[in-house]
Amino acid sequence: MLVLNEDQVMLKDAAAGFLADRATVSHLRKLRDSDDETGFDPAVWRDMADMGWAGIAIPEAYGGLGYGYTGLGLVLEQAGRNLSASPLESSVLVAATALAELGTEAQKEHWLPAIASGEKILTLALQENAHHAPLRTALRATRHGEHVILEGSKCLVTDAHVADAFIVIARSEGRPGAEHGLSAFLVEAGAPGVHVERRHLVDSRNVGVLTLHDVHVDSDNVIGDIGAAWPGLSRTLDIASIGLSAMLLGLATEAFERTVAYLGERKQFGRVIGSFQGLQHRAAHLFAELELSRSIVLQALQAIDAEDPELPLLASAAKAKLCEVATLSTNEGIQMHGGIGMTDEHEIGFFIKRARVLQHQFGDYNYHLDRFARLSGF
Amino acid sequence: MTDLTQFRAEAREWLEHNCPPTMREPVQSFEDYYMGGRNPEVAHPDQQLWCERMAGRGWTVPHWPREYGGGGLDAEEQRVLREEMARIGARRPLDSFGISMLGPALLKFGNEEQKQEHLPPICRGEIRWCQGYSEPNAGSDLASLQTRAEDHGDHYTINGQKVWTSYANKADWIFCLVRTDNSGSKHEGISFVLFDMASPGVTTRPIRLISGSSPFCETFFDNVRAEKKNRVGDEGKGWAIAKYLLTHEREMISGFGASSGPSPGKTALETVGTDAEGRLDNSALRQSIAQYQLDARCFAATMARVGDEVKAGQGLGAASSIFKYYGTELNKRRNELNVAVGGENALGWEGDVYRGGEAARSWLRSKGNSIEGGTSEVQLNIVAKRVLGLPDA
Repeated sequence: MLVLNEDQVMLKDAAAGFLADRATVSHLRKLRDSDDETGFDPAVWRDMADMGWAGIAIPEAYGGLGYGYTGLGLVLEQAGRNLSASPLESSVLVAATALAELGTEAQKEHWLPAIASGEKILTLALQENAHHAPLRTALRATRHGEHVILEGSKCLVTDAHVADAFIVIARSEGRPGAEHGLSAFLVEAGAPGVHVERRHLVDSRNVGVLTLHDVHVDSDNVIGDIGAAWPGLSRTLDIASIGLSAMLLGLATEAFERTVAYLGERKQFGRVIGSFQGLQHRAAHLFAELELSRSIVLQALQAIDAEDPELPLLASAAKAKLCEVATLSTNEGIQMHGGIGMTDEHEIGFFIKRARVLQHQFGDYNYHLDRFARLSGF
Repeated sequence: MTDLTQFRAEAREWLEHNCPPTMREPVQSFEDYYMGGRNPEVAHPDQQLWCERMAGRGWTVPHWPREYGGGGLDAEEQRVLREEMARIGARRPLDSFGISMLGPALLKFGNEEQKQEHLPPICRGEIRWCQGYSEPNAGSDLASLQTRAEDHGDHYTINGQKVWTSYANKADWIFCLVRTDNSGSKHEGISFVLFDMASPGVTTRPIRLISGSSPFCETFFDNVRAEKKNRVGDEGKGWAIAKYLLTHEREMISGFGASSGPSPGKTALETVGTDAEGRLDNSALRQSIAQYQLDARCFAATMARVGDEVKAGQGLGAASSIFKYYGTELNKRRNELNVAVGGENALGWEGDVYRGGEAARSWLRSKGNSIEGGTSEVQLNIVAKRVLGLPDA
């Protein structure tokens, strides 16, 4: 059934209420303008964790709520609507999923409860170049007696400068492009040879570069089987793409609703501009695209929880569609706001900036449309 | 055994015994749809037999009440019947505008006598209906229609012209919008009347389309008599019925968007070829097809979501307002891609080598999808005003 149940509706309402009060665009603006050291409000994050949101999709056995990804998707959608700054994406959506998919029992018991309580922030270090290309991972992992030595660097590591530990994807065998030979390692912040540099992207959110020089990892911190990370990583990336699609759904819908409200207020030529058919048809078309977006995101979220074999196809369908529609919604948002939409003072600009970063992460429109075609057999 | 399990077992057995083997073969062309009527067009005699047998159980229209010739099935039973028919590949026994359009309007707005008189012959496939809506000067602006109905006590005399009347030349009766009053606003003074197309003064003239087919007619009324007892709803209040019925028409047309047929991507692998890695050997075409298939998938998910929302008792959401617009635009895209993928094969007009010009004719016919039943532009107007609350120009 492509509908929400009562618990899910309650969760969605709770998230909408809390985030619209405590983690809004104006909060993000303050973080940006004050060069905030953390990049999000730790008190807000603590409250989110206290409500259980950091463990929504984590099984109860590991200290989570066991609500599944459909539940997490609803919170992510509201976070997208409000452009809420928090480690929800880095630690909860991506890192916890990677650990759950790849980790040993001991690793899950150690880290998942700490993520679920909000006590620790973990993040995935994957991308190495300008584009998402997981199979081209080249960061070297070399065996050295009991240890593995990591050498290389990662970019676009979300919340890098506040993370307690990194899940580093590296190549222990094979050439860039091969599935076999990819491995995952747990590297704690502050370990010898670990260097983090905070970077500033257009969306004023937390990312950084992680540089690893002669970093020794012991066997306890090899996540899963060495050289065999791809199946679990691939599923993690599908889930991450769907989660970001849920955020883009919230973001694109909010930008659209603000724009329609503006069309109903702004007067030119003696009448509100929303009465002009040239704008009405564009708004109505965008409404249609957003309804399609809502459907594919819900279907993809449910596919995670149902362990649907079509998950890879649905993940790429959701991300490709949401990249397309978020581009349209935010571009139309600026254009229909006219001059005021170009000012930093107005909030609509925050939406287009955040949208493009979310679109880029874990594969943009071009990446996922190409993958969708490949998975469709052409 | 639950009631539903028992219903399934009985339906399965009955279908197995009663569905002729010829009616289990896939529909090949439009002639394979049986429309019924006084002078039915029959591609195979089994069509009539199959319709008769199904009508005997009320299963030509399983969701209508039994008292009017329907099956009286609830939603679950309808689903089971659909599944059991699909299991043996049984064709729908009857397709008609009586079922898809007039019936729902009569059930909602008709009086008891009208329902008793008109619904059972629809279920039995005895009377074929057509729709008298558009006029030469009333297309998108339907409410400005001018076909006059003069009051003569127990009946009206109708004069005027309709256009785009689907299969008027083959229909037995018409449900028709006429103007009974010219004094008020254009939405007032419209009445919804039913009359026999065999009445003196009715003439029809088929219109040949760019696709070569003639599914539509011009229809002329010269002093045609229509009984007042066949006016549905109050005099001058026909616009509400017209609008209600249009939503059913749009639902039917938007279904084209989810229409099946081979995926253009798979067909292109054969006609265009692949590169060394098995990808379609033309990246521009590959991208267009992928975009279409992505949107088709998202549209199908939206139809499913709206259906589930209705089942869950949440009512028909705003999303349904986009079906007609999006579904027909998608169908046009699919047809354009079929032509691009088919190349020369898809441009053939006649002859067996081109399957009678099937691809080209379907492509040309699809252009009408975003015009008939409310243009895409009218649909966008409706979304802008009713859903988004934007003001009139």
